[in-house]
Amino acid sequence: MRGYLLRRAIGAVIVLFALSLVIYALFYVAPGDPARLACGPRCNPEQIRQVREQLSLGDPVYVQYWHFLQGLAAGHDYSTGTGVLHCDAPCFGLSYQNDQQVTDLITQRLPVTASLALGAMVLWLLLGVGSGLLSALRRGGTTERVLTWLTLAGTATPVFIIGLLLLMLFCAYLGWLPFPSYVALTEDPEQWAWNLLLPWTALALIESAKYARLTRSSMLETLAEDHIRTFRAYGVAERSIVGRHALRGALPPVIALTALDLGSMFGNAVLTETLFGLPGLGQLLVHATRTVDLPVVVGVVLVTGAAVVIANIVADLLYAVADRRVALA
Amino acid sequence: MSPLDTPEPLVQVADLSVTFPVGQGAAVRAVDGLSFTMPPGGALGIVGESGSGKSTVAYGLLGLHRGTGAEVTGAVRVAGRDVLAAGDAELRALRGPVAAMVFQDPLSSLDPYAAIGDQIAEVYRVHRRDASRRAARARAVEVLDRVGIPDAARRARARPHEFSGGMRQRALIAMALACEPRLLVADEPTTALDVTVQAQILGLLRELRAETGMGLLLVTHDLGVAAGNVDELLVMKEGREVEHGPAREVLDAPREDYTRALLAAVPRIDVRRAAGDTATAAGEPLLEATGLRREFGRGKRAVTAVDEVSLTIRPGETVGVVGESGSGKTTLGRMLVRLLEPSGGVLRYRGRDIGGLRERELRGFRGEAQMVFQDPVSSLNPRRSIGESIADPLRTAGELTGSEIEERVRRLLHRVGLDPDAYHRYPHEFSGGQRQRVGIARALAPEPKLIVCDEPVSALDVTTQAQVVELLGDVQRESGIALVFIAHDLAVVRQVSDRVVVMRDGRIVEEGPADAVYDAPRHPYTRGLLAAAPSLAPAEAAA
Repeated sequence: MRGYLLRRAIGAVIVLFALSLVIYALFYVAPGDPARLACGPRCNPEQIRQVREQLSLGDPVYVQYWHFLQGLAAGHDYSTGTGVLHCDAPCFGLSYQNDQQVTDLITQRLPVTASLALGAMVLWLLLGVGSGLLSALRRGGTTERVLTWLTLAGTATPVFIIGLLLLMLFCAYLGWLPFPSYVALTEDPEQWAWNLLLPWTALALIESAKYARLTRSSMLETLAEDHIRTFRAYGVAERSIVGRHALRGALPPVIALTALDLGSMFGNAVLTETLFGLPGLGQLLVHATRTVDLPVVVGVVLVTGAAVVIANIVADLLYAVADRRVALA
Repeated sequence: MSPLDTPEPLVQVADLSVTFPVGQGAAVRAVDGLSFTMPPGGALGIVGESGSGKSTVAYGLLGLHRGTGAEVTGAVRVAGRDVLAAGDAELRALRGPVAAMVFQDPLSSLDPYAAIGDQIAEVYRVHRRDASRRAARARAVEVLDRVGIPDAARRARARPHEFSGGMRQRALIAMALACEPRLLVADEPTTALDVTVQAQILGLLRELRAETGMGLLLVTHDLGVAAGNVDELLVMKEGREVEHGPAREVLDAPREDYTRALLAAVPRIDVRRAAGDTATAAGEPLLEATGLRREFGRGKRAVTAVDEVSLTIRPGETVGVVGESGSGKTTLGRMLVRLLEPSGGVLRYRGRDIGGLRERELRGFRGEAQMVFQDPVSSLNPRRSIGESIADPLRTAGELTGSEIEERVRRLLHRVGLDPDAYHRYPHEFSGGQRQRVGIARALAPEPKLIVCDEPVSALDVTTQAQVVELLGDVQRESGIALVFIAHDLAVVRQVSDRVVVMRDGRIVEEGPADAVYDAPRHPYTRGLLAAAPSLAPAEAAA
């Protein structure tokens, strides 16, 4: 078990390392001049040249990459003209745009995205697995048809439409909920939840159809298995059969899919964040990409990459708990 | 004991019919007007080919057709309770304490995710609501111990995959025993097991009957299994009763032709192969294995499946390979056709070393050595018509045109006794025996010199078994193909083999001409195997 975790951790580091290399390489060939963008529209060529020098953009790409690795491992000192700005390890560098430390930018925004993703996950699992279960047990009935229709409608609608509808209905028209603005969990848990309820719902409505379908089909598959027949033949009530035996067999694929979705939620929640005005990682990433702000892009991509990797390790561990035949090796 | 002497029979079935809808208004009548009774403590064997409706009857006794869409008419009473009229709760109360069922496939019949002891305890607590969790667990350990699971207290925490096939079947019997049923319904309880384990399980059932006085309804296609274990036999065909009477009478003096045919199809372990069938193997060896080894896994967890096996196969001969599950016979068979690469040893085909060749270098060999697999259901692609499946190896060879291939496939279908027009039909439209014929046709397609058959008939009932074995024999006589026939059923192997190899724990323990091995086995393991084989003589089987 410990050996397994160690191997997975080493694997994760290698993946993230490769990811950073790819981003550096892509930036090198991508169009756009970070110095011109950082300097602003009214800079003359001389000023742009100065900015370029200041940001060390004249160095070859491998030198820049080497500096980046050094910063990660040992931190970095930047001269600000008047003094020295120290950036602790792991240092992702300074934003080209405003000289803010990337680490700070990320730590400000990570809780927002994490709250959004994890909360939405809880909701979409409840909705998706719940309605999948119901559809499997009431196969062919009205319940199944209605549920299938609802979840499909959810998936087929883009998030900004669902989000806008929710905002209009609950915030503008009914006035039941505040227009979302992020309140930290540590500050006021109740306000945190109230403000995030709509974004969670929007994401959950979109994701849950997949889960409903997956749960339904793997549930039906498990219910058709021989060991379910055994318990029926011994007078075990249908409710216990579903709860104790069938559901357990149906869960492993749901766990695997959850890990993938949760991971991608960290990088892809930008639409939801923008719509609901939540200052999360997605917004940061889009802005940084538009301004060719390499340190910020690398930082955000590595953090979301780490989230994907960690979610998958957790999924593997849960998988092994759900199915004891799986040996972690 | 005649059922008429007993005031209240344990089982009373009158004019039972079960009809399954098969879509578009059509229906299949699986059981048609069947009636029988069984006294308390009695033992009835229901025998018949697959599709004869015997399992459907067994399921009907526990009301298991409810909710499946099947239409059940007639009357079924078990221990005085009307199964067809009972409410759901009443039916659940019947399942277990009154009639408990043991299923055919012990691997899939237990929840793979839960501990075996917990599964038994759960069933126990369903019927003994006053029992505490602790008491239910204790009861599970007690019954596991009773059915002969060693170190039951510890093994109760194991999951099904940690048990062998025989132990799983014991665990299922323990589950039945936990509820102290008055009737045990066993649906092909030993079909998935090898002979030695089968003998142990049948022995256990006899012991438990003597001890608890419960009745036994044994459903089986194997008359040898029924012979020593039941008082009465009911022979079924196409949902109807063919013959019903005391087991001894039915076996020794069958009244009906169908019963006689069924008895004749049972392979006899003590009958020599007809002299004209034996091939005179001569000439250069076709395939020669020397010190063949195969390991699975690495390091501490490495398992040696085949260990230093040497074997020579000459053109036109049939070599039987027998052994229990886990003896390495399948691994050996797969190495012989190079579906597996040997870990060690030398494998020569016509003098050329093929043991270490890569896939591309094996091309010529692939057409000359073919395999027929055990499970005709899963070894055919369900999404391709059978004609396509048979044509595939010919297309890969790329020597014939499309119409030549179709012509050849049609001839092959005819050769294996199928309608050539079945070319465009799909595997699910065929019975098990027909699918195995398709498997044989596919193996014959590239005109091979060697076919390795891995348990080709063990999924089939006796009659179909006899037909497929006969087909293999015919094909061999015509074409002079060398056959390697792998099976756990000793009698079938004797029927087809010139020479026999007995395997145990990856090694060959005995090898020789079939009659020599069967009539005068030298190795104690061979003697044990032969003794465990079921026999049609009840006295002998029960011994």
